[in-house]
Amino acid sequence: MIDKRVASLNEALAGIGDGATIHINGFGESGCPTELVHALIDQGAKGLTVVSNNAGDGPIGLAALIRAGRVRKMICSFPRTQYGDAFRELYAKGEIELEIVAQGTLSERIRAAGAGIGAFYTPTTAGTPLARGKETRKFGGRDQVLETPLGADFALVKAERADRWGNLAYNKSARNFGPSMCMAAETTIVQAREIVELGAIDPEHVVTPGIFVDRVVEVPNPISEHEAIQKEAVGS
Amino acid sequence: MSPRLSRRQIAWRVAQDIPDGAYVNLGIGMPEMVSDHLPEDREIIFHSENGILGMGPAPAPGEEDYDLINAGKKPVTMLPGGAYFHHTDSFAMIRGGHIDICVLGAFQVSATGDLANWSTGAPGAVPAVGGAMDLAVGAKRVLVMSDHTTRDGAPKLVERCTYPLTGVGVVSAVYTDLAVIDVTGEGLVVRELIGDMEFDELRGLTGAPLRLADDWRWLAAPDLG
Repeated sequence: MIDKRVASLNEALAGIGDGATIHINGFGESGCPTELVHALIDQGAKGLTVVSNNAGDGPIGLAALIRAGRVRKMICSFPRTQYGDAFRELYAKGEIELEIVAQGTLSERIRAAGAGIGAFYTPTTAGTPLARGKETRKFGGRDQVLETPLGADFALVKAERADRWGNLAYNKSARNFGPSMCMAAETTIVQAREIVELGAIDPEHVVTPGIFVDRVVEVPNPISEHEAIQKEAVGS
Repeated sequence: MSPRLSRRQIAWRVAQDIPDGAYVNLGIGMPEMVSDHLPEDREIIFHSENGILGMGPAPAPGEEDYDLINAGKKPVTMLPGGAYFHHTDSFAMIRGGHIDICVLGAFQVSATGDLANWSTGAPGAVPAVGGAMDLAVGAKRVLVMSDHTTRDGAPKLVERCTYPLTGVGVVSAVYTDLAVIDVTGEGLVVRELIGDMEFDELRGLTGAPLRLADDWRWLAAPDLG
């Protein structure tokens, strides 16, 4: 019997060691697997390379992981955020490495890792500082930059619904990088608001098929980043 | 000369050039204002890079859903007929040439349509590019919306960009508080000029050669308060 459900966040994170590369879903706060990230802080792995669109905002989630000094390197498109000074402070002190990747290239590099693509060319970043040190060739009359896949040891993803086979459905724009990250990691770990019976997610509505998912843990009421930011503002 | 256009008036002017049926991506910040000024007889579909087509306006207070946000991470709504999709599909729309028009802000635009809008290269600043480089090369038309000069009066339209580039030769047209300017194979061509402004005065505020289009006209924007 296939049963990808695990009973606790701690169990879901089993095997994440120092120096691991981790995909963390999210665009702003939508899709952020905040409870999994908090459990990762408690779990203690350090020297991590994190691939995520942003570098965390406010007092919780990825910003807290960074503040705890666990992240050696961030690979992202947009680390500047409104309330997040955790990344900025460590970056200014030279205590965290940064690789900036154009957002579409970031997403495509992740997908490529999941889809068995060895490398690809794209016109995005051609002629800009982000193409420095990368091979550029002309295809179809356009300069195109060689990009390589960006896989990970683990992916942490938030879904709305999951079943024991690992099929996933998301909520609105919260799916963002989830489907590509689920494909691209050696071990994909999902927190879902609800775990449902097999068949309860209409096969037409499965966004990430279970073949891309390894572990599923139910988190019925995930923390909201904007509420945490508001609470902090009121408290200070 | 007459007063420069307000940001709302620039947004209004850009909106007039978005045709019925267009798929449009609006950059974060000033370009977001374009959606407030679309002519009512046009059906235009807004794309948001985080996986939305058919994005609607901000929700009423209390109706916010932080799983439904725009590229600027602000809550939005979904129109009937809209669709959600994941990031790689969203950027396939952008990079694959499916977005008709993208409106972006700029630090500088060059005479050949190079765009600099993601970094001033200031030491110590945290670099952040987001989707700007994908939009710059992928959208069929890139419209830039910007003040004509910086706060210090320096031209933002320049011979060559001095700030780090976002894309090379990507800008189709520039909408400023003084003029509408097309980027053509023969350089920058002024299509519209705000009332009473002398062409030579505009030239003095521009860091690259300008030519006046044969069919140029005055830019008249409504008073938008």
